[in-house]
This record gives sequence, C-alpha cells and structure tokens, in this order.
Amino acid sequence: MTDKVLSTPAHVEPVVFTRDQLDWLPWLEPMAEQDLTARHMAGLVDAARAKSPYFRLLARDPEVLEARTRTDKDIFYNPEAGLPRAERELAAAATSRYNGCIYCASVHARFAATYSKRVDDVDHLLAEGVGVNLDARWNAIVAASVALTSTPIAFGPEHIDGLRKVGLDEASIVDVINAASFFNWANRLMLSLGEPAAAGKG
Amino acid sequence: MTDVIDTLAAIAPGSPLDAVRNMRPQARLQAQASHDSLFEPVSEADANKLERFAIACFVAGLHEQPQIAAFYGKGLVPAEAPAMLQAAIGAAVAAAKVAGPYGRYRKGPLSIEDQTGPVHRIAAPTREVLGPRLAAAFEHAHMLVFHPRDSAPSYLQALIDAGWSTTGIVVISQLVAFLSYQIRVVAGLRVLNARPA
Repeated sequence: MTDKVLSTPAHVEPVVFTRDQLDWLPWLEPMAEQDLTARHMAGLVDAARAKSPYFRLLARDPEVLEARTRTDKDIFYNPEAGLPRAERELAAAATSRYNGCIYCASVHARFAATYSKRVDDVDHLLAEGVGVNLDARWNAIVAASVALTSTPIAFGPEHIDGLRKVGLDEASIVDVINAASFFNWANRLMLSLGEPAAAGKG
Repeated sequence: MTDVIDTLAAIAPGSPLDAVRNMRPQARLQAQASHDSLFEPVSEADANKLERFAIACFVAGLHEQPQIAAFYGKGLVPAEAPAMLQAAIGAAVAAAKVAGPYGRYRKGPLSIEDQTGPVHRIAAPTREVLGPRLAAAFEHAHMLVFHPRDSAPSYLQALIDAGWSTTGIVVISQLVAFLSYQIRVVAGLRVLNARPA
C-alpha cells in the first residue's frame, strides 16, 4: 500500500510571497501516470495535468476533481460580463495572501499582474499583506475577499456597498464572491497536501 | 434537480440573483456536481457517507452556520448515524470554535506575521462517541478551517495512524476545502440577496 507520508527531496522553501514560478512537492503519493484510467483522465480535464503531482494526487477522487476544475475554469475564465479577469485574479491572490498560501498566491499574483499590468500594486499586496493601500477599487475587492475568507465569515452589507461604490455591478460582485470563495477551497488543498519549493533549486 | 447553494442562500428561480448566477452556468452546475460527488460518492471504500456528513456538520458548525449545519445534519439520518453522534458533533463544535485564519510561516521574514492559536484536540468523551477515525478527521478539519498555513506532514500522519487511506485523506481534504467554498458562496449571496441595489 502507498498509505504513508512522503519525505520530500532536498529543496529550497520559499519564505516570502513571490510572483516567481514555484514547484509543489506532495506529502502523499500521487497516482502513477501509468495507472491513470479513462476515469482519472476525465477527472484531470486537461490531459497535460497528468504531468502534475498535485493533480495526480487529487485524481484519487476523479469525480470531485473534475467538477472542481470545471467550477474553477468558469469562475476565472468565462469572459462574459462581470469582473475583468485581472480583478478575479486579484481576489484569488488576496485570499491566498490572507490564508498564507505562498504557492497559490504566486500563481494568481502573476495572473493579476499580467492582466492588470499593475505589477507594483500586486507586489505591494504580496509584500505588505492584505492591509495594503492600492486604490479605492482594488482596496474594496481585497477587503471583501478578506472578510469572506475570515472564519467566522465577516462579510456584510458594508462590503457590498463598498464594491458598488467603486463601480461593481451585481455580476461583478458575484464574481468577487465566487473567486474569493473558490480560493478558500484551493488554498486548503495546496497548503495541506504538500509544500512549495523554489523552482529548479531542489 | 436541487441546487444546494440556491437552497441555502434562498435564491428563488427567476429572481435577479438567479439570473446573475446563470451568467456563470458551469460554475453553478459544477459546484453542485462537486457537492453530489462528495455526498453521493461512486465509492464509499475510503470514506463512507456517515463520515462525510458528520464532517460536514462539524465544518458548518465551526463556521457558525447553524442552518447549513442542520442541512448536513439531515444527511446523518439516512446514513444511519447512531443517536449519540449528533450530540457528540454539537459538543465537538462548541468546544472547537476560534477565529481564523491564524498560523505560522516557515522561519523567515514572514515570521513577524505569525499568529498563534490552538491545535485542537477532541475531548475524551466526544472522542469515545466519534471513534478514532472521525476524531482524527475532526481534528484535521479544525486545522484546515482555522489555521491551514500550519499544515505539516505530521497532520497527515495522524490521519493515517487513525486508519485513513491516502485516497481517504484526499476525499476528506476535498470535502473540508469544498465546504469552505460552498459556505462562503452561500454567506456572500445571502448578504447580496438582502441588499438589493
């Protein structure tokens, strides 16, 4: 049986939030590539994900992985209406920063920086944390994401008002709710099933 | 077909929020598919339905969402929960509530942001009712809900020691993480629903 905790190979642990590309090392045995059946490949959705130890570990429950992946893609990639992609990524990055997921924050800070072209603001968020002052619109999105991420949940009508005041319509507010909530899902998997490592420095 | 998020957030068909949710049709459908795959699983070999619903009740309770906890509590009955279990879950919730996210970072520049908080242990009388597998799952769920950045291999070892398989750990990790999402979407939509533009 493979029911044991893995020891990770020698690697450099990131100790700050970064936009750098990171690796991720599993603490439990992913499925072997040759053991992936059609059912598992359906769970992975994108065949390229068979190369990822993270997705091959999650492929142990392929049905929920598939549904989770399709939820993720629609929340972040669906171009119809709502919040611009950059700001959906901002909500993901802020949520990850607040929960303390260095890996997730790195990926979504890169996306937020790429789509918004506001590299300095994204770097300020990573360096200073969710209390950072960006601009009114980004502050409102970060504050709403943080309130929704707190346990117990601290999200209230003042956050809705705050988002409306900076120009978000109903669809955009729902995108903030979906994006921040989704990263409460993603962060907990990434944080608890393995750890980040500086890329190529293992 | 029931949509659990709509039910819990009281979003009526044809309402303005119903229309807004439909702008992300896959997210809506697949969030429900995620729910169904966790609570009506293809296989119960690594985590049975009773365990899944018990963990869900506990996680909803930790979020101080009594209505959502009651919703998952209804799943305990067809899963043939012993009568004492519901009371034990209630006791476990009452003893476990803190505020998150807290936790520590790897020693380094982020250590100034460290916030200490409890590593939760289920009390002996509750543990007796839950049994070792569920007690270990609840302790893990508490960490995932309140201080996920404290995650370490030792937490997974504790689950393995209590009898969870690798696949079972993936299932209950998805379960707690999914609920962390579902409960937030419901909470957010409720607030929005009560605050029309």
